[in-house]
Amino acid sequence: MITTEKNIKPEVLEAVVIRFVGDSGDGMQLTGTQFSDTSAMFGNDIATFPNYPAEIRAPQGSLYGVSGFQVHIGSIEISTPGEDLDLLVCMNPAALKTNLSALKAGHTVIIDTDSFTKKNLEKALYASNPLEDGSLNNYRVIEVAMTSLTKGALKELEGLDNKSITRSKNMFALGMVYWMYDRDMNHTLDFFNKKFKNKPLIAEANSKVLKTGFYFAETLELIPNSYSISPSKMAKGTYRIINGNQATAWGFLAAAEKSGLELFLGSYPITPASDILHELVKHKHFGVKAFQAEDEIAGITSAIGASFAGDLAITTTSGPGLALKGEAVGLAMILELPLVIVNVQRGGPSTGLPTKTEQSDLLQALYGRNGESPLIVIAASTPADCFDWAYEAARLTLEHMTPVLLLTDGYIANGSEPWKIKSINDMPPISHRQISDRNPENWNVYDRDTDTLARDWAIPGTAGFEHRVGGLEKDKTTGNVSYVPENHEYMTHIRAEKVDRVQNSIPDLKSDFNEEGDLLVVGWGGTFGSLHSATKKLTEEGLKVGHAHFNYINPFPKNTEALFSKFKKIIVCELNNGQLASILRAKFVNIEFSQYNKMQGLPFGASELTQKFKTLIK
Amino acid sequence: MAAATKYTFKDFTSDQEVRWCPGCDDYVILRSMQKALPEMGVKKEDVVFISGIGCSSRFPYYIDSFGMHSIHGRAPAIASGVKLANPDLSVWVITGDGDSLAIGGNHFIHVLRRNIDLNIILFNNEIYGLTKGQFSPTSLIGQKTKTSPYGNTQPPFSPGELAIGAQARFFARIGGNTPKEMTQLFIDAEKFKGTSLVEVLQNCPIFNDGCYTHITDKAVRADKQIHLEHNKPMVFGKERDKGLVLKGLKLEVVTIGENGITESDLLIHDAKESDPTLHAMLVRLEYPVATGIIRAVEELTFEQREDALTKEVKANSKFNKVDDLFLSGEIYEV
Repeated sequence: MITTEKNIKPEVLEAVVIRFVGDSGDGMQLTGTQFSDTSAMFGNDIATFPNYPAEIRAPQGSLYGVSGFQVHIGSIEISTPGEDLDLLVCMNPAALKTNLSALKAGHTVIIDTDSFTKKNLEKALYASNPLEDGSLNNYRVIEVAMTSLTKGALKELEGLDNKSITRSKNMFALGMVYWMYDRDMNHTLDFFNKKFKNKPLIAEANSKVLKTGFYFAETLELIPNSYSISPSKMAKGTYRIINGNQATAWGFLAAAEKSGLELFLGSYPITPASDILHELVKHKHFGVKAFQAEDEIAGITSAIGASFAGDLAITTTSGPGLALKGEAVGLAMILELPLVIVNVQRGGPSTGLPTKTEQSDLLQALYGRNGESPLIVIAASTPADCFDWAYEAARLTLEHMTPVLLLTDGYIANGSEPWKIKSINDMPPISHRQISDRNPENWNVYDRDTDTLARDWAIPGTAGFEHRVGGLEKDKTTGNVSYVPENHEYMTHIRAEKVDRVQNSIPDLKSDFNEEGDLLVVGWGGTFGSLHSATKKLTEEGLKVGHAHFNYINPFPKNTEALFSKFKKIIVCELNNGQLASILRAKFVNIEFSQYNKMQGLPFGASELTQKFKTLIK
Repeated sequence: MAAATKYTFKDFTSDQEVRWCPGCDDYVILRSMQKALPEMGVKKEDVVFISGIGCSSRFPYYIDSFGMHSIHGRAPAIASGVKLANPDLSVWVITGDGDSLAIGGNHFIHVLRRNIDLNIILFNNEIYGLTKGQFSPTSLIGQKTKTSPYGNTQPPFSPGELAIGAQARFFARIGGNTPKEMTQLFIDAEKFKGTSLVEVLQNCPIFNDGCYTHITDKAVRADKQIHLEHNKPMVFGKERDKGLVLKGLKLEVVTIGENGITESDLLIHDAKESDPTLHAMLVRLEYPVATGIIRAVEELTFEQREDALTKEVKANSKFNKVDDLFLSGEIYEV
């Protein structure tokens, strides 16, 4: 049972990490989201990490059916969902078995003892009951018969079925954690009233259980080992919580409005990219045409058609889908039409780990097509900055008339953080190259802008500009089919140079914390938060470490080599087997690169990084 | 879309040299299209041709309008994007039996199902031409080709049957050597609101020469084909003395004047009947082969449904600008 709480003295920390784990049907994602949203509104900085199985409802109680949601809240800058847990909330034995090792020694685990039945213990492959065999001695265990207490709380509510009663036990856990961290319940109570507007009984049940959990913790005077009470010192402004996929979708909405074009999305459902499609189908009021196609190929080719006809066209997918789209990406590239391809990366190869994160599509993004077919490749680095990179992808493709491949990943796509809301007025301008008022007499299909090499965008409906394009190699001026050997070589070069010249309009690569020193930590995309916190920690320890993070990958920023040469050592950290490292080695032959790689479907932890970095600084 | 100027076929003829083999029916199709386009009442700059890969797919290069020669099998999906981006355009898909029924089969059935207002011309020569003579999804059992030297063992698709199964609202068929009727069918296909599919029985003089001679040759055409017209009796034959009646669950050929049959006993063609049963029978008929508009049933197009929904959502929405959206729902001040 519960130890006496009154004698425990909490440690005041600037940040705490909490993980809610249970069966995939236990509602852990909802519980975690409610806790993080409430904390953000309280003024904490937050970062979240939903980690769930691919199966919608894996067999109950099984080890692989465990679903978790981790949240890191603090009064300081939070750039990752954290690593070692201050509090673990476990709804069943399988959840305990798979998550206990992440809990700091001496810290608290809250357990629903009702779920520790013989059957569930067997399913979790426990030989003996961990609640009885002493294996939890190093932790502070709070045993709560959550299922029975939930049933008890709802016994007077008539008309509720058993399933609805059991399903609300996650709110009991949430209520307890709210009391422990001194959070207000109102946000969640409002949420119930909205979500279950047409099912007032369910709303009432959830509210009742939440409050019961809250008062239960109050009665016991449950105190956490550590807490973070004060709001963080974030920049003043209006915020909302946003995840990466939503931010991506909104970035495109903003780009469409700014450029004055209609947005067309051609897409096919695929984890973890579908949420971008789910978001954009809602926005018919902005004239968004979100087209769920019959397959990945039709997703991109419908977008190519829409682009040919003058829309801001995008397609969204994940690794396997990008493989299917490869030929069509090449078509968009040789046609020199604007198109954004979003790849929300997941673990590969093949079907791989659909719900887990990885950065293993970089080489596919750069080279995964037949022929010489370079694209502009950029990557977002945090959930909220997906907004900016989606917007930037649209700007680049419209101004340079060549496809842009935007890489995000499952980690930042599903993770959320506070977003300081931007206004369309604050966004950089976007120009596009549609022509209408020009004299078509002296116009050729593949005439180019002298600076960017971008061609004009003459769309159907524009009298006098009728022309044909196609996947066959085309004459450098007229666009007619050409098999002239020198012409093909010329066109190959010019399409590559067009991408290279993007260098002229992108900012320099910078190094955070130190502009020169002993070690430069290099990463790209969604690992920003982990690399940032690890480098920060070492800097605070007095080491001369910098962190350079690529968002522009093709082309690289102009100063890349110059920046690299200011550090004695460079380590390239990636959630793959060294893809960026191999490109850097090919490109910058005089520089030596070390690597740190992880392929577990999980983000980097800060401590594995700092440990590794220290071995490189003697 | 109404044309201010009167065009001739020359206005739709590009400066590119036509590169099909001499004697190919593709020339007939091109010329028929160039003659049909000025009669459609559409502006030249509003006409878009999208093709896939194959002999037929070179077609857009030869028409002076907007065009895209795309990738194998994907033209219906690209054309869908064009039409959804700008519903005012007259959008055409040019495809072959390999392009639309093999590699592009998925797009083919789904474009018909959705009923976007596109016009699809399917050049069916029952062979792969551009890759030099392999069997296609419409090649016959036993047909000897580069990849079936001992005879083809894969049963063929009937494009019309497949189309009706995929809920095609408009299906027409025409011989590749009848330009006048073909021109009229192209005009009818454009006028039809919804996806129109026209199958052209196209002779390939190099790899499958004569595959339709027994149906389309001038000497036998009238006896072997029944050219259907809406609301007219199903009559055919050089002497106009043959016709179709329904016997049990099958169509049967009868002769007017024999066994007491008069023209009033013949079936009347109703292309607008929404029940596709009789249309499917006509599509399958081997003697006579049905040509003309077999099915033309108008209903709401995909873009009309989308447009109605968009207007409704817009009318009820509180969002005019993205800023309204960004500041909606749960926001908080720091």
